[in-house]
Amino acid sequence: MATSFTVNGKAATTDAPPATPLLWVIREGLKLTGTKFGCGTGLCGACMVHIDGKRAYSCQTQVSEIAGKSVTTIEGLSPDSSHPLQKAWLAEHVPQCGYCQSGQIMSAADLLKQKPKPTRDEIVEHMNTNICRCGTYQRIVRAVERAARES
Amino acid sequence: MNKPLKHPTALSRRQVMIGAAGLSFAFALPGRAGASALAAARSGKALSPWVSIASDGTIMIMSAATEMGQGSMTSLPLVLAEELDADWSKVKIVTAPAVEAIYGNPGFQGMMYTAGSNAVTSYYGPLRIFGAQVRRVLLDNAAKTLGVPVDELTTEPSLVVHSKSGRRLSYGEIAATAEVPAKAPEIKPDQLKKAKDFRLITKDVMRVELPGKVNGTARYSIDLHVPNMLYGTVLRAPVEGSVPDKIDEAKAKAIAGVVRIVRLPYGVGTLAETPWAAFEARRALTQSVTWTRTGTAWGFDSDKGIERFAADAKNPARMSTEWSRIGDPRAQMPKAASTLEAEYRCDYAYHAQMEPLNAIASVSPAGDAVEIWAGTQSQTTATEAPAKILGISKDKVKLHDMLMGGGFGRRGNRDVDFIIDAVLMSKEAGRPVKVMWTREDDFANGRFRPISAHALKAGFDPSGKLSTWQHRIAVDRVGAYMDPVRYQAAGGKDFIAMLGADLKGYDVPHQLVEQLYRDTGVRTNPLRGISFIANRFATESFVDEIARKRGIDPVAYHLDLLKGTPRAIKVVERVVQMAEWGKKREGRALGFAYLDYSGSQVAGIAEISLNRTNGEIKVHNFWCTIDCGVAVQPDNVVAQQESSIVYGLGVALTEVITIKNGAVEQSNFYDYHVPRMKDVPAMHIEVIQTDNHPTGAGQMATPLVAPAIAGAVAELTGVRLRHTPFTPDRVKKALG
Ligand code: FES
Ligand code: FES
Repeated sequence: MATSFTVNGKAATTDAPPATPLLWVIREGLKLTGTKFGCGTGLCGACMVHIDGKRAYSCQTQVSEIAGKSVTTIEGLSPDSSHPLQKAWLAEHVPQCGYCQSGQIMSAADLLKQKPKPTRDEIVEHMNTNICRCGTYQRIVRAVERAARES
Repeated sequence: MNKPLKHPTALSRRQVMIGAAGLSFAFALPGRAGASALAAARSGKALSPWVSIASDGTIMIMSAATEMGQGSMTSLPLVLAEELDADWSKVKIVTAPAVEAIYGNPGFQGMMYTAGSNAVTSYYGPLRIFGAQVRRVLLDNAAKTLGVPVDELTTEPSLVVHSKSGRRLSYGEIAATAEVPAKAPEIKPDQLKKAKDFRLITKDVMRVELPGKVNGTARYSIDLHVPNMLYGTVLRAPVEGSVPDKIDEAKAKAIAGVVRIVRLPYGVGTLAETPWAAFEARRALTQSVTWTRTGTAWGFDSDKGIERFAADAKNPARMSTEWSRIGDPRAQMPKAASTLEAEYRCDYAYHAQMEPLNAIASVSPAGDAVEIWAGTQSQTTATEAPAKILGISKDKVKLHDMLMGGGFGRRGNRDVDFIIDAVLMSKEAGRPVKVMWTREDDFANGRFRPISAHALKAGFDPSGKLSTWQHRIAVDRVGAYMDPVRYQAAGGKDFIAMLGADLKGYDVPHQLVEQLYRDTGVRTNPLRGISFIANRFATESFVDEIARKRGIDPVAYHLDLLKGTPRAIKVVERVVQMAEWGKKREGRALGFAYLDYSGSQVAGIAEISLNRTNGEIKVHNFWCTIDCGVAVQPDNVVAQQESSIVYGLGVALTEVITIKNGAVEQSNFYDYHVPRMKDVPAMHIEVIQTDNHPTGAGQMATPLVAPAIAGAVAELTGVRLRHTPFTPDRVKKALG
């Protein structure tokens, strides 16, 4: 029983069982490995993608929920790293190990879509979903502010 | 990717080669095989050099350290490129293969091992010399081509310039026809670049792997797909040392996509066609396996364990071994005019690197070779351990060392547990296997920062001067467990549990540090900040406590003790200025800590407030200064301190692993709380550039956090916190 949906604008299907987390379909089925596995329990945000334009934990989204939906992953955020957040992330030298950063950027992109000029408190509130064990939080805040300023 | 090395042992001391790509060089670091510098030979073979220059000007530089976010993949090649005067935009960085004779870390007896924030420290000198040697060879060749004396030539990035005639030759042009001398040119220290001429060092170049980390293209081992690969998971015994007894495979095997259930020496593996089938099978197995009651940790509870440790540390009748001694503390302590005693404790803590451990292995059908993809802190252990378990020689292990989604000390243990999983499973499957640990596995099989209890005693002379110091530490062993080879080589000294316990830099004439060796059977590893976290929490807290008891400002007290250490005084004075120490703040207070961490001088001040009702400590600001000598990438040094402070914050306030009957009680981020964005203070970091040899930067501020917070709480409430982490319950209890 195949499930059809779109990923980064392209049609995709999977025959994974309905209860399979979308995360594994994206990573191992479609081989879009920018989206990361961190906890599998909706606690770290490493797996963050957009579904129909809003952020979602792909580890908490089952295949049964995505039929006909449109999924965007970090690979689809921009074709050439030109999203203002990606540019700001580099300008502020945000990543360390980098493992959490796709999820961070996808979360931040969702914020800027809702609120192009967030306050610092709004940034912290929104981004609290995403763990960075390398502790890049201070630079993430700076990068989101920069992206908001420069876009 | 790495070229397979057919005969790495055939690499002799003669390691300058003309490679296929042009001029290639390799050199052996001092101290091994008698090779003290560049020796030269000609060879048509492309072996594994540190650097090669292609005729199109591309300069390939090997990266010998592994990359876990600390930046060594950029900073080491950068050092070589500086002396070579390479055009950085033409540099390509390639991960070095596991050939210790060439790439070994002089700081770890030649092991390829990235740990202890030691990569730049150890490689800095050799890489500079070597870069300068290559530059010199290029200059000599250019002199010949241009028919001018070599001392009329200078270099600009990737160019040799003859300013008299205005002629220029690119490095690529020179490399195309270069002759390599039989003997490497000698470079004297005064021929190295002066700091004022640096074009790369201290200039903050973009870390090379960052662009891939904002668009999803950076590759960690967990991201790879090898043709014909199966997925694997491993269920391990809840208690270290236990092995599977009865396995009821039925439920797991019935899951669609499951290929096989495998009995491993230490656990039970699942092999499946899809990752979800492998994970489902693992879940099904949890209720279907019984374990032997072997191993020492059975019956061990950490809450009772720490009580025993504390009682033993305090009890002089309990046997200890001397760790370090200055002066004559045993004779002096009884003569002290007055004494002060205190006790501190630390709990187990978990690395929580964001990438759950994983590896891919592909064992050859005959079982006589293996290819491995993994993120490891040591290319040496990551090749030796698989070779040993397969009974093959190390050169039959081809390692692709991948970016790590965090290391923090978890990926350097001698037995590389997470790689062996993949190797054994691939051998069983006869196909490549990617073994992934769930986050729950990563907790349950965690190797923790050990528990420790610290009994401290200070003796004062009649004038009140601190003259004698004693620090007794009961601590779960680390070195003997995580790396028995290095432990033996270190003469049975557990550096990973004991470093930082002395009072380095402090003017205290008689000092004694003693270790009470304990082995609970719990898995342990170094954790970021290593033993400095626990030991500096104890020592810095005690110094703070002494100062307050004597009515002296803790910073003034530190400065007095540090008066013989000018570099220390500088970082302390600067951080005090930055934080406006001494300025009263409404409802908030400051606390201070200082540390000499492997030569790096670090000082920190925390500003906190405290909710007395619920016991929560809030850290509002953290100021930090660091003098790590020449800061090769200063902004990265800042980033590493931010990172270290956040890490220290978790270990200081919230992170605790408890062991019940030998097994780990926590399982994911709902019962183990790492810092999130809301928890993080504003951090103000200043790097004090000095021309000292570079020392570590990757974890230096972590140990400052707990004692600085404890000092601030003492300032605010008069109450001393003695047990990390300072969880709300403990804080409430301490406040009474
Ligand atoms: S992997 Fe989905 S939230 Fe952690
Ligand atoms: S950059 Fe390493 S976890 Fe965020």
